[in-house]
Amino acid sequence: MAALLQHAGYEEERLLRVAQQMPCREVQAGMLLSLMGQPQQYSYPSIFIYGHRASGKSHVMHVLLKELELPHATVSCVECVSVALLFEQVLLSFFGCDAASLLPRSPSLSDFVRIYRQQCSQSPAKQTRYIVMEKAELLRDTDANLLPALLRLQELVEDNVTIILLSEIVWDKFRPNTGCFEPLLLHFPDYSKGELQQILSQDRHPSYTAEFYSSYINILLGVFYSVCRDLRELRHLAALNFSKFCEPLAEGKVKETDTHKLWRNIEPHLKKAMQTVYLREVSSLQWEQMQQMEEKESGALRGLSAHTHVELPYYSKFLLIAAYLASYNPARTDKRFFLKHHGKIKKTNFLKKNEKTSNHLLGPKPFPLDRLLAIFYSVVDNRVAPTASIFSQISSLVTLQLLTQVSHDDQLDAPKYKCAVSMDFICAISRTVNFDIVKYLYDFL
Amino acid sequence: EDHFTNGCEGADNSEIRFKLCQDLWHKIRADTEVLQDELNRKILDSLLDFTRKCSSTRQHSDWASQMRASEIPTAALVLGVNVPDHDMTFQSLSELLQQSVTPHVASVQAKECGALKHLMKRVLERLMDTVVTVDDEEEEETEQTSTQLHKSVHCSLSTLCDWYNAKTMKSKTGTPGKKRSSPVRDDPQQPPVVIIFKDLEAFNPKVLQDFILICSRYVERLPLMFIFGIATSPSTIQHMLPHSVSSLLCIELFQSLSCTQHLATVIDKLILTPQFPFKLNGKVMQVLMSIFLYHDFSVRNFIKGVQLALLEHFHSQPLSVLCCKKKEALLNVMQLSHHDLESIRHLLSFRRYVEKQEPQEQLNLFRDDTHLKEVCQKLIKDLRKYHKNYYPVLRCLHTLTSSLPRYPLGKQVRELHLICLEKNVWENEDYQTAMKLLKMLAKDELIASLQRCVEILQPVKSKKMKKALVELEELLAKFKQLDINSSWANITLAPRSHLSPPESQTLNEVCYYSSSATVRRHLNATPRTSIQAALSSPYYYLQNESLKTEDGTVSNAAPDICIAYKLHLECGRLINLYDWLEAYATVVSAAEGNNPDSDNVRKVEEVKHARFIQAVSELEFLGFIKSTKQKTDHVARLTWGGC
Repeated sequence: MAALLQHAGYEEERLLRVAQQMPCREVQAGMLLSLMGQPQQYSYPSIFIYGHRASGKSHVMHVLLKELELPHATVSCVECVSVALLFEQVLLSFFGCDAASLLPRSPSLSDFVRIYRQQCSQSPAKQTRYIVMEKAELLRDTDANLLPALLRLQELVEDNVTIILLSEIVWDKFRPNTGCFEPLLLHFPDYSKGELQQILSQDRHPSYTAEFYSSYINILLGVFYSVCRDLRELRHLAALNFSKFCEPLAEGKVKETDTHKLWRNIEPHLKKAMQTVYLREVSSLQWEQMQQMEEKESGALRGLSAHTHVELPYYSKFLLIAAYLASYNPARTDKRFFLKHHGKIKKTNFLKKNEKTSNHLLGPKPFPLDRLLAIFYSVVDNRVAPTASIFSQISSLVTLQLLTQVSHDDQLDAPKYKCAVSMDFICAISRTVNFDIVKYLYDFL
Repeated sequence: EDHFTNGCEGADNSEIRFKLCQDLWHKIRADTEVLQDELNRKILDSLLDFTRKCSSTRQHSDWASQMRASEIPTAALVLGVNVPDHDMTFQSLSELLQQSVTPHVASVQAKECGALKHLMKRVLERLMDTVVTVDDEEEEETEQTSTQLHKSVHCSLSTLCDWYNAKTMKSKTGTPGKKRSSPVRDDPQQPPVVIIFKDLEAFNPKVLQDFILICSRYVERLPLMFIFGIATSPSTIQHMLPHSVSSLLCIELFQSLSCTQHLATVIDKLILTPQFPFKLNGKVMQVLMSIFLYHDFSVRNFIKGVQLALLEHFHSQPLSVLCCKKKEALLNVMQLSHHDLESIRHLLSFRRYVEKQEPQEQLNLFRDDTHLKEVCQKLIKDLRKYHKNYYPVLRCLHTLTSSLPRYPLGKQVRELHLICLEKNVWENEDYQTAMKLLKMLAKDELIASLQRCVEILQPVKSKKMKKALVELEELLAKFKQLDINSSWANITLAPRSHLSPPESQTLNEVCYYSSSATVRRHLNATPRTSIQAALSSPYYYLQNESLKTEDGTVSNAAPDICIAYKLHLECGRLINLYDWLEAYATVVSAAEGNNPDSDNVRKVEEVKHARFIQAVSELEFLGFIKSTKQKTDHVARLTWGGC
């Protein structure tokens, strides 16, 4: 295994340690090492690594740079709300805080390059310096000149520096339309089932044997591999359910080697976990408590999405109902529903071609405020004064995200809204105010 | 105070009234705050437990908790849609947290965190008590001050981490003796850092996701914790956060008391008690209740409404000097001026009282001021007694009727209270049905509810209630001996003597605030209606005699905008501007009495044109018309209806 990681310029002992820390990623690490060359050699200016979440990109980079004691700066792009933070972190880890404090307020790219060169002339690089940028896809949203400049930073600062970009998105989606220096591309493929098994088996519980834990992981993967290949998630699930797995052992019913019995015991439990804790319906803490409880009691615990009931003031309910009607009924049909003497218009008579499909399949349509209020006044049973609080209720429905404002916030006259609640929700609401909403919906005529 | 005295009816005792009003309000406010604290206690306690538990499990180092240390513990606090009330809950929550769990609490609101860096800045500022610089031009001023005060820090979580480490290190080394000497407070070495998101729904999902991602990178070094304030339902978390983000959280749910229950308790302690001399009459109660139920569900606004009524009462009613504690009231009666006594004589309830008296007594009451004062003292005592008896009996009646099928007298005490305030409750139809149903009730149920009545009556100290209590106990004894029929009269009699509406009591005007229209106008404003009223009848606001007109017409001398408004009402959806101008010019020149044939028509026209344009643009500003591209030289009307 370690044979792959042999490379001139690095101590063998260290390379061995590196290899131990990243199972199933030897090929990629070897490739990286050969790209990086010996510490004092100049390296390729920029390397782009992509692969799915939890495919070991950051981990490999981290272990390599740390164990081989190379000068490096690791920056997460989510964290850098401004470029200044990015610059500061890079300067800080290369030259210490004196350099970082030299940066002016709201620095530009050229400020950064200037200070970098100045510092680097004082302490030139003996080894290649590495800048690792995690979640590099966010660089696309920053200033247009940042990404191209970073890619050829080596030229700009005339120093032995390499940028390594880590991303979940392929390079094709990055390439700016003005063109730029092409980085070397490196792909980290997903772990296979066997590899996952190997990695997960490594963090075994100290009080049980490695074989026992690995058989547990095998069962776990059998259940979850079809829905989830995220290493982090699987590791989390493994940790949560292990105590349940060990239960028959603790009770002395089964021996460690009796995998079939253990499987029978754990399988329904894991299935249940897939429906609850994996979807985060139930938090991991509650899940652990549930495991300690008896089977029948645990049914009382409801998931997050089970709580959908919302208490609303009386008129807010009607406003929401009116909004729902306005969103799902064509405006032409308002006459038929809300006018007393609408005449007998049959549905087929005013069916247009495209309206034959259900409005509920098409989703809510925007409607102006006027229409909402007109429907509201005809729906609500007693006379309502058009008070300020009616209007403020509309805007509070918007903040509660039950309505969404379609037009821009600044547009004061004739704002447009959409109703953002589901059919079930509105039915529950209208039941509480004794309003038969189905009778007013065009789709159910 | 000056505002209060100015324009106040009967200025001579306004100062006393102001003081009374303030005292009463302070007491009410203090009481409600205590009440709300108690109501929130349960949920806050469980939240505190949650934070403690989280910070303690963090320090455990067993295998399982190590494996999932990267999750950020999160409490989802479901508070209901009455958003205005939440502030107080969060206030007390963060205070409690600071007292008992951790000094590091920051709460953020959605409206101050439009972008990620603002959110970051707010969190850091609140935790570290320093000014944090974000690279923005807007903060030029703060920067200058901050450089003097602190070394300005960069806005990132790593700064926070460093700060936190320094802080905890300091407390470890700095006060070791103190730690040992106070073993009661077993606060962990690393108190958690709590961030409260007050209104989760209003946050920009992208900002929140990024923030959580960043935080999860630091959670190993920094014991972070979130509290989400949710107004609707917990499923919004799933709507806002994708799985990749929500998998970083360990969410536990907390449900708070519903606001209707909350209000019921507040009414119970605030309104349905003889403790406060100030009362609301039926209509005002109705208005406040309907605002609550129909519009906002906000207990805070309800209390605000009570405050308004209180202020109005003391402001507009000179006799409100008597609306205070018994002793003070009696004292104040003696200090009433002749003018005040006259106004007592004019009170409706007092006149009814006088009519019942002997002719000689009537004369005395009208002539002799001192005699009147004595009588007033007696009447005020009577009023107090009435209140003392009213509420316990009300509660008794409620316990008897609240378990009846279909609730003929309402489910809540406040509904029964409203019925009683309106008229004699025993004349009510529902009351009759309730009594019928009560007779059909099973014996053990009846006994149980009577037992509860006894419990209610027990602490009451008035003589009559003592008597009623004795009667009730006898009744209960009889019931137990299966002798039902003979004692029915007793139950039904009790309410008659005590639940008569307050309007029938003499001097009720002293304590009862009755102007429901004022309250409604102030709390449930109708801006559109008042603008329309102003435009169609300017006299109502301007009080200029020349503007006074017959119904529905506008005088020619009215302001330009009124005339323009009136004319536009006659048009359809699209208005031709030129026609409108012509009509306007005619009206205005008629008002000026000009002969349209005179020479200076041309000149005047220009001035009128300008005035017309101004009027039209004012109407546009008020939202009655807007420009349209459908037809040239036309504007579109935005309101329906005409003259």
